[in-house]
Amino acid sequence: MNFQRVRALTVKEILRVFREPANLFMLIMLPLVMTLVFGIAFGGIGGGGDVQYGVAIVDQDASSWSGELVSGLNGSGVLVPQYFEDSASGQDALSQGKVSAVLVIPNGFGASVDDFKSNPVDESAWSVTTLELSIDQGSMIAGSVVPSLVQQALTVTLYGVEALSPPSPVVIGSPVLVESIKVTQFASMMPGMFSYAVIFVTMIVSQVFTEERQQGLLKRIAFTPTSASDIFGAQIVANTITGVFQVSVVIGSAYLMGFRPLGGLEGIGLAYLMSLLVVLCNVGFGLITATLAKSSGAATGLAFLFILPQMMLGSFIPGIPENLSRLVPTYYLTQTLTNVFLRGASVTSGSSVQNLGFLGVYSLVVMVTGIVLYQKYGNR
Amino acid sequence: MNHRNAIKIDGLVKRFGDVTAVDGLSLEIREGEIFGLLGPNGAGKSTIINILSGLIEPTNGSAFVGGYDITKQPGKVRELIGVCPQHSAYYKYLTGRENIKLFGDLHGMPRALINKRSAQLIEKIGLEEAADRKSDGYSGGMVRRINLAMALINDPEIAFLDEPTVAMDPQSRRATWDFINGFRSSGKTVILTTHYIEEAEELADRVGIIDHGSSSPLIPPGH
Repeated sequence: MNFQRVRALTVKEILRVFREPANLFMLIMLPLVMTLVFGIAFGGIGGGGDVQYGVAIVDQDASSWSGELVSGLNGSGVLVPQYFEDSASGQDALSQGKVSAVLVIPNGFGASVDDFKSNPVDESAWSVTTLELSIDQGSMIAGSVVPSLVQQALTVTLYGVEALSPPSPVVIGSPVLVESIKVTQFASMMPGMFSYAVIFVTMIVSQVFTEERQQGLLKRIAFTPTSASDIFGAQIVANTITGVFQVSVVIGSAYLMGFRPLGGLEGIGLAYLMSLLVVLCNVGFGLITATLAKSSGAATGLAFLFILPQMMLGSFIPGIPENLSRLVPTYYLTQTLTNVFLRGASVTSGSSVQNLGFLGVYSLVVMVTGIVLYQKYGNR
Repeated sequence: MNHRNAIKIDGLVKRFGDVTAVDGLSLEIREGEIFGLLGPNGAGKSTIINILSGLIEPTNGSAFVGGYDITKQPGKVRELIGVCPQHSAYYKYLTGRENIKLFGDLHGMPRALINKRSAQLIEKIGLEEAADRKSDGYSGGMVRRINLAMALINDPEIAFLDEPTVAMDPQSRRATWDFINGFRSSGKTVILTTHYIEEAEELADRVGIIDHGSSSPLIPPGH
C-alpha cells in the first residue's frame, strides 16, 4: 500500500461526499436532520420532558371515590386525565389521537368502594362495578403502560397507598444502585441513531465502485501503478473519516437537543469506536453489493438488502425479537450504547467488551469477504 | 530484445470466448516514434492497448514495453506509460486541475513536480480559465483535452493515445494534433489509435492498419 496514492484517493472520496449533494444529504444531512427532528418531536430539548399519555375520563359516578381514582392517575406523572361528558366524545378523542386511552368510571363505582371499605373480607356484601378502559392500539408503549398505571391507581383507591409496599419477609435492597437517566423517548432512540447514521455507507460504497466501473475510472486507475490495496485502503480511510464526522454530527445535534448521556468521555469514545466498526462492516456490505450489481442504479436498490435489516433490527425500532436482531451488526452498537448511555454501564463491563469484540470480528469478516468477492468477481 | 525498440510484440493473440480480438499480431515500435494504429471500430485497437498496458493478459504470444515483459512485469510497465482511454474517464465532482493532479499522485510523482507539470499541461491544452471549475460543466472538447492531460501528467516514456480526438470539434482537434506533435521533439514514443486517416497522416511516422485483430504490413503515412 502506497501512502501517497491512498491519501490522494482518500481526498478524492472526501471531496465526493462534500461536493455531490446526494452523498452529502445521505451521509451528513440525514443524521443531522433526523436527530434534530426527533429531538423536537420526542421531547429532547432542554433535557427532555417526561413521557405522558392523555387519558379521557368519563366520570359517570362523580363521587369522591371516583375523584380519588382520577387523582391517583394524575399522581402517576405519566397519565394526564382529561374529563369528557360521555363515552362517545371520549372515544372520538381517542380515534383522533388526542388521548391515548379512555377510562369510563360507571355510576355505582363509589358505592362499590364504600361496600368494600365496610366489609373488606365479605365478598357477598360487595356491589360489583366494572371500569371500562379503551387504549390506543397504535401505541405499543401506551398499551403496556396505561393498564398497569390504572390498576395501580385503583389499588391505592381501594387499599390505600400502603398497599403498594405491604410488609414482607423479603425486601428489595438498594434499588438506587442502578443509575439511570430520566429517559425520554428521544433519549431511548439516541443509541439507535448512531447506527442509523452510518448504515448508508453501504449504498455510497456500492455506488462509488459501480459508477467508477461503469465510467471506466477504475480501469483508468489500473493503467497507473496503483494497486487494489491502495483503492480498498482509501475507501476504508475515507469512510472512517466520514464516519467520525457522522458520529460527531449525531453527538453534537443530540447534545443540542438536550441529550445528556451517561458514561462520560469513555462512553463517547466507545460510541466512536463501535460506530466506526459498523462503518467498516458497511464498507464490506458495499463491496458485496457492488460485486452483485451491474449498474449504480441496481447498486442503490441492492444496498437496501443490507441497509433495511440493519435499520429495522438494530436501530431504534422496538419490539424486535433479540435473536433476530443479533444477526445485524448495528444491534451490538445500539445495545452497548443503550447500556452505557442510558443505564450507566461501564465501557469495560462484560457485555460492552463482549459486544465490542463480536462487532470487531463481525466487521472484519464482512470487510474481508467484500474485498475478496469484489476482486474476484467485481470487475467482470 | 533490442532496447531501441520501445515496444516489441510477437505473435500476440487475444481471444474472448469464441471471439478472436487480436490474431497473431507482431510489431516493433521504435523509441521516439509516433506510431499510428489505424482501423475501423471494433478492429481490436483498444484491446491491443489494454494488453500492452498490462490490464489484460494475452491468450498467446509475447509483448515487451520499454524492455519489460507485460505479463511478468506489469508494474514496471505501468511506471513507464500513460494511457489516454477512448472514452473520457474523469471525476465530474473534481476540477480539471484536481483530476490531472490526482493522476500525478497515482503515478507517485513528487508534489512540486505535479504542480509544475499540471500547470504546463493546462496551458498546453488551453484550459487555463476552466481548470479550477468543476469538470461537470465542461464541454465535450474540454473533457477530451482533460482526458489527454490526465494521461500525460507523469511525462510518460511511452504514451498510448486511444482515439484521442474522437468527437472533438476541428479547432480542438488541431490543438490536440499540435500537442501530440510536440512529443516528437521530446523523444517520447506515442502509440496512437485512430480511425481517421487524415489524423494518421498528420501525426504518425509509421502506420499499421488493424482489422479483425491482425495488422497489414507497416506503411509510412501518405502511402
